[in-house]
Amino acid sequence: MRKPKVAFYWNASCGGCEEAVVDLGLDILKVVEAVDIVLWPVALDFKYKHIETMKDGEIAVSFINGAIRTQEQENITKLLRRKSKLVVAFGSCAHLGGIPGLANFWDAEQIFNTVYKSLPSVQNPEGVIPKTNVNVDGYELTLPEFYDTVKTLDQVVDVDYYLPGCAPPPDLIMGALTSILENKLPEKCSVFAPDKSLCDTCPRGENKPQKLSIKKFQRIHMVQPDPRKCFLEQGIFCLGPATRSGCGERCINANMPCRGCFGPIKGTVDQGDKILSAIASLAEARTEQEEKTLFDSLEDVAGQSYMYSLPSSLLHRKRKEV
Amino acid sequence: MGKKVTIEPVTRLEGHGKIEIFLDNFGDVEKAFFQVPELRGFEKFSTGRLAEEMPRITPKICGVCPTAHHMASTKTLDDLYKVVPPTAAKKIRELIYSAFMFEDHILHFFFLGGPDFIVGPQASPELRNILGVIATVGLRTGKKVIRIRKKCRDIITLLGGRVIHPVCGLPGGISRGVSEKERKEILKTAEETVEFAQFALKAFEDIVLKNEEYLNLIVGDIYKHKTYYMGLVDDKNRVNFYDGDIRVVDPSGKKFAKFKPRDYLDHIEEHVEPWSYMKFPYLKNVGWKGFVDGKKSGVFRVAPLARLNAATGMATPLAQEEYEKLFDTLGKPAHNTLAYHWARLVEALYAAERMKELAEDTEITDPHIRNFPTIEPKEGVGVVEAPRGTLFHHYKTDKRGKITECNLIVATVNNAAAICMSIEKAAKGLIKKGNVSDGLLNMVEMAFRAYDPCFACATHSLPGHMPLQVRIYDSLGKIHKTVTRNI
Repeated sequence: MRKPKVAFYWNASCGGCEEAVVDLGLDILKVVEAVDIVLWPVALDFKYKHIETMKDGEIAVSFINGAIRTQEQENITKLLRRKSKLVVAFGSCAHLGGIPGLANFWDAEQIFNTVYKSLPSVQNPEGVIPKTNVNVDGYELTLPEFYDTVKTLDQVVDVDYYLPGCAPPPDLIMGALTSILENKLPEKCSVFAPDKSLCDTCPRGENKPQKLSIKKFQRIHMVQPDPRKCFLEQGIFCLGPATRSGCGERCINANMPCRGCFGPIKGTVDQGDKILSAIASLAEARTEQEEKTLFDSLEDVAGQSYMYSLPSSLLHRKRKEV
Repeated sequence: MGKKVTIEPVTRLEGHGKIEIFLDNFGDVEKAFFQVPELRGFEKFSTGRLAEEMPRITPKICGVCPTAHHMASTKTLDDLYKVVPPTAAKKIRELIYSAFMFEDHILHFFFLGGPDFIVGPQASPELRNILGVIATVGLRTGKKVIRIRKKCRDIITLLGGRVIHPVCGLPGGISRGVSEKERKEILKTAEETVEFAQFALKAFEDIVLKNEEYLNLIVGDIYKHKTYYMGLVDDKNRVNFYDGDIRVVDPSGKKFAKFKPRDYLDHIEEHVEPWSYMKFPYLKNVGWKGFVDGKKSGVFRVAPLARLNAATGMATPLAQEEYEKLFDTLGKPAHNTLAYHWARLVEALYAAERMKELAEDTEITDPHIRNFPTIEPKEGVGVVEAPRGTLFHHYKTDKRGKITECNLIVATVNNAAAICMSIEKAAKGLIKKGNVSDGLLNMVEMAFRAYDPCFACATHSLPGHMPLQVRIYDSLGKIHKTVTRNI
């Protein structure tokens, strides 16, 4: 029997998703035996032209990580979509936009002005900024265009499945690979992680009181969280109620609250909206003064609530000024 | 101008860093450019965020060296809130950091840059990878490499919460302490790392230093630049990865400057070119004179060899012996770009010895691991030595601790100008009369692979892993040869 063809590809990402695959350790050798990896820029010869000459649908599955930030990334993603039976959005950036998606609070020009002109170490009296086409002493050089807006993978191509996390943990990666190779596929558009919220699996759940109420938020750097108690119970902002489980509660076990890298739970589109409504229902303020105390204590609401998911949210980006 | 040679990672037709080499009518190299074709804009989108989230935001710059960004950011918060962590917390941070430096340096030597030497500079591309390394050094050794890296990464997971993007850093401390049982486990691994680092240095000696051809490559002029060097040092001017002052030596090895991280703006400026998204840092008090080396040019280098040059020794005994041996062979300062590989292993041994010292110290089990901020925040600077060089984080905030300005000078970026120069020099020395063989191109690539360039930091690709496609154009712009390969 011929081995199924598999591709791994990256767009605007940090390399952490590639490290996650390398961290499979000896398991990766099993994968290599079972499949024919046709594209894995990080570890194997790139065969871009080879991909172009393939028949449509010839690749069994493409795992694509990273958000879409440039035209080139969009082009190769579309090519891989055409050649693949299945496309899996791998990791938070492909799935939700991820941390680089916070750039959707600004646009390309604002980013350039900061990075190349206003930062304190920059010495640039002539206001030079990188250009897509430039002639340097007779040498023609090009750079790809930088988009105004970060896009998720499914805003560019049809995505079959999602593998969440920043980066996805090894057990979920192996689980997804196994179910694809054994052809035990879940419903289209499924996320390869449990349909539960992080709160449902949180080890601190058993000590949680029947009814939670928050009178004031505390910033994590100003308090010593009790490692047995629910973060929200202690007034510490935690995205647990709005976030899918499956991460192994890694941050919680290091005594740090959740920031939502697994994205929203099933049936929820907008993770930020979900956490804010959860918080509103836990808020306890009987007077106007108490209300003010509570909401004044909640800082950078947009950034905190949409830490990983701004491009995938209903907001998508900050409205562009015309 | 005759031909144009483009070396770009194929992912980067599509993106992550490319080399353009222009040949003259005789087929000799006229000019070379190293371009970074991507940007994500962390400095901009960090604005408005809460300062205490920065150690969780900035590691996403790089999934290969997230621990470096995490620690630089955490130290920036210490400075922002003027809060000193308890001794146990400082030691645990440095313990995590030493485990990280060790596993990252080992990754580079065996998986990324090392294959050039272990398998051979002109070996076929199919062999010049970890599999070729295993074929040369044996499967048992290969598995040993994988296992020791995993054990170190497990320490980071245990103490930092996660190895890809740790979360434990807070201003004035860390989120989680170490139990006595954990300390003993860590100590066992630390002991193994010392042994392993010695083994790696021995392998380097046997395979590289005892091979006259390789040694000639290392000391040869093609891979040489006389520049300034920068690195973090302790109070005795010895290499330190986690803390200290920044020391700079000139191309003759004489001390040029020594300053506190907080004063970095008095010493470093960044130049912008229209043809790359990466900026070019230089020494402010020498000035930007273009892509040239020498005492009159502000170009400086960072990362393993630069750190060894900028210091006067190592803080642990075994690493000190290796340090002396390196400079006895090459002279000090060593300007040989390929000696970065050697220096990296000396540093791996130091990281291992330091890890062991810290794991032996029972104070790390002290439960007092946090001090709390008491003042209004305003501005903070934090510096660590990342595997790929000096890493600067600098935040300004409003009085509620929301970021109003964030400046990052990332390790590889400090080497940006030197990388460009090294590529051009190697290309000029190796490509003659239009002859561009696969082996020669690999030797051009070796000029920048030695820096272990982290384009995840600078452009988000994985360091040294980039497969390259080389296209050679004739004078009419028609492709007459294409070579595709891994580096």
